[in-house]
Amino acid sequence: MINIEIDGKKIQTEEGKTILEIAKENNINIPSLCYHEDTFAKEGCRLCLIEIEGKKGLHTSCGTYAEEGMVIKTNSKEILETRKTNLKLIFAQHVEKCNECIWNNRCKMLNYAKEWGLCISEWEDRKKNYPKYSFGDVITYDSSKCINCFNCVEICKNQGIGFLEVKKDGAFHKIFPSQDKNKDCVYCGQCVVHCPSGTFSPVNPTLEIEEEIRKGKHVVFQFAPAIRASIGEEFNMDYGSIVIEQMIAGIKKLGAKKVFDVSVGADLVTIEEANELIERITKKENLPMFTSCCPAWVKFVEFYKPELIPNLTEVKSPQILLGGLIKTYYAKKENIDPKDIVVVSVMPCTSKKYEIKREELQVDGLRCVDYVLTTHELAAMFIKHKIDISKIKGEDKDELLGFSSSAGVIFGSSGGVAEAATRTACFKLLNKKLDKIDFKEFRGSKSIKEATIEIEGVKIRVAVVYGLKNAKEIIENNLDQFDYIEVMSCPYGCVGGGGQPVPTNKKIREKRSQGLYQIDEKAEIRIADENPIVQNIYKEFLTNKEIINKIAYTKFSQKQKEN
Amino acid sequence: MNIIEKLKLAELKGRGGAGFPTYLKWESVLNAKAPKKYIICNAAEGELDLKKDKYILENYLKDVLFGIEIALKTIDNSLAYLYLNKEYYSLIKNKIDNPKIILIEEDNGYIGGEESTAINVIEGKAPEPRKRPPYVSEKGLFGMPTLVNNVETFYYVSKIEKGEYDKERFYMIVGENIKGGVYELKEDMTIREILKQTNNYLEEPFYVQSGGGSCGEILVEEEFDKPVCGEGFIRVISYKEDPYKIMEKWATFLMEGNCDKCTPCREGTYRILEMVQNKNLKGMEEIFSVLEKTSFCALGRGIPTSFRSLINKVILK
Ligand code: SF4
Ligand code: SF4
Ligand code: SF4
Ligand code: FES
Repeated sequence: MINIEIDGKKIQTEEGKTILEIAKENNINIPSLCYHEDTFAKEGCRLCLIEIEGKKGLHTSCGTYAEEGMVIKTNSKEILETRKTNLKLIFAQHVEKCNECIWNNRCKMLNYAKEWGLCISEWEDRKKNYPKYSFGDVITYDSSKCINCFNCVEICKNQGIGFLEVKKDGAFHKIFPSQDKNKDCVYCGQCVVHCPSGTFSPVNPTLEIEEEIRKGKHVVFQFAPAIRASIGEEFNMDYGSIVIEQMIAGIKKLGAKKVFDVSVGADLVTIEEANELIERITKKENLPMFTSCCPAWVKFVEFYKPELIPNLTEVKSPQILLGGLIKTYYAKKENIDPKDIVVVSVMPCTSKKYEIKREELQVDGLRCVDYVLTTHELAAMFIKHKIDISKIKGEDKDELLGFSSSAGVIFGSSGGVAEAATRTACFKLLNKKLDKIDFKEFRGSKSIKEATIEIEGVKIRVAVVYGLKNAKEIIENNLDQFDYIEVMSCPYGCVGGGGQPVPTNKKIREKRSQGLYQIDEKAEIRIADENPIVQNIYKEFLTNKEIINKIAYTKFSQKQKEN
Repeated sequence: MNIIEKLKLAELKGRGGAGFPTYLKWESVLNAKAPKKYIICNAAEGELDLKKDKYILENYLKDVLFGIEIALKTIDNSLAYLYLNKEYYSLIKNKIDNPKIILIEEDNGYIGGEESTAINVIEGKAPEPRKRPPYVSEKGLFGMPTLVNNVETFYYVSKIEKGEYDKERFYMIVGENIKGGVYELKEDMTIREILKQTNNYLEEPFYVQSGGGSCGEILVEEEFDKPVCGEGFIRVISYKEDPYKIMEKWATFLMEGNCDKCTPCREGTYRILEMVQNKNLKGMEEIFSVLEKTSFCALGRGIPTSFRSLINKVILK
């Protein structure tokens, strides 16, 4: 332990922390912009300035590690003045497009400007003629908003992708999408949630959806497992708060006819995937089997590691599976022409916007899902329509496809798919109710988790990975040590997805994940197979191999560079 | 007497601009405990209009290499890099046959010559300065103790070893109305003496920029009795020249040559250029203040000197 002093406050703290971290922990607010705890401190924005007694000049708090006896000031006149000028200079490069920005309402830059009484348009924006790029019509990169922190470049590299490259162009360094034919974006959206200035944004279908509603289409919403643990953040609720009924009521207010839970799709995926796994293990075929519910991971395999395509489970992802059921099973039950149904998914994810466009996923010539909104985009829609889901009265889920087991809920956190599938596999192999339902070895914050499960003499060696770079590591080093590998692109899985609210960091992702596991703890039905809705679907609709194949299975193929 | 004692006795100071006693750098790398050590001869001369190292490479390459070889011999287990900008690289690329001296070509403008940036470039990293401490003499190239000296310093190391050093240095003189050139003269000469002796003393009223081509301070007649600091550079400027054009040249050079890492330097140089082009100096001091106080590296912190001295001593006078 060491002792330091910040603005007269005596603080005892562990060694190895920066002044910025310590200040945060002690509720001392030091303005900072370029620093994100998922990346190295690059010390570029020069806002987080401090004075250190006995040391000349100003220093950055994000780059200064605390030392015994340090006496620090965070608000001298000199600090306040230079901070102001630097922020003005930042605004003078960045083109403000606040209405469409993911930071709208919670923008640090704007808040500081207000607090410090800055005129943000004193100088003409340097980047006013900088171009926009589109990655697969999923993510927009508007380079006129960039403030040169280069966090996105680092994050993309940490994904093992390296699609964003820094090059000098004229007098300035700029970020370009890679021209390298061996590199392509996988649409994970981590650049979106790690950019302090809203430079990357998901392509937003809000206006189209509103138009469908206005035209009187039968609009059905389905929301992903992870949404319930994060959407509250946009309405200033605590991290990890679970919001379901109020969100449903909000969606209904927007004009949706029905609201279903993608976790039901997840239950079906679990059952089919467990079947496939048991079959592959018995036949010793195409092992290890990889999960394929993360479209960024699937694109990664198809583009970077096509030789592993046979190892992907051929079960569709939960949103596609449930979307397909909505346009067949539900349409038939309600006697609606599937062509009149518009399915909107609410996803924590940007790559789900890419997934719905895949032709091989269509059922009877129709897309299973028509639009994907991110968590943030749904929240923005609520706000636009003056719906505050933290205040309105909740509504129940729509029964037909509304109730899932809690195994389908934990899909939203890294390890959840593996745990759900393991529960089902045990259930199938043992053919009875399970004594052990919790597989805690798949939970927690580690990026690579391993465990061997033994049931009735069948050994399943499982790995749970998040982050594509980590997946690459397993693929390149010890693929043959596993039978089943869950891969999610985003940190902590979908709770850390690229469509989630900003800000994001380790603590926030952990809280969201805990929220999902709390649902699981309290749930009565914790195994997909025991979900009565799912049992009913198999009884009424998914009655033979052919229809199951059509609704639940697909094929993958090698991808060429798209961007 | 070993070379370090000789360097100390000769009072040789680094000629890259910072003027740090050379023997101290050598001593600290020599005494550092490490399995491997590196020597970098910095020939990335990047300051505006400065070509004195080029002159030395063209005329005294053998001496420079001898200086590097002395360092290689003095420091055990060492390897040397000769770090050159594009132009200088093509000048000498076929003239080196010592396997312990590796040539590196760089093309990163002004910032490329900064010593920690040089280390990043040799390691294949982004051409940006590193934060200090740690100092490169403790933890430099590939994390090992590293001796970085510039071309002229190595040249004089060889002179000192051979007993031929008598406190000279190289000066580069430029100007629109003079002949100019590179000269080897005593290091304690004043600006007035140097200009007179080399026949570069203008008859009409003039002022000079001393030290570096974009960052050197402006000195007026009353100040000509000072020695030249920094990189031994003198720009002779007639009062007939347009000072805004001069500042425009500096600002453009700095905006293009910096690393773009930190806000004050990346955006500040752009705004300075804009103000100079509009002949509107109103917001300048505000930018100077953040450059000086909040830039990441010494390049940014040093930018206001030349502008401020030109504005105060010439434009507002
Ligand atoms: S980051 Fe977004 S919200 Fe903030 S000022 Fe820029 S455009 Fe506006
Ligand atoms: S796009 Fe955003 S994250 Fe990337 S360098 Fe610019 S400001 Fe930083
Ligand atoms: S979406 Fe993912 S892969 Fe694409 S540029 Fe952003 S971080 Fe890189
Ligand atoms: S947050 Fe520390 S320099 Fe940007």
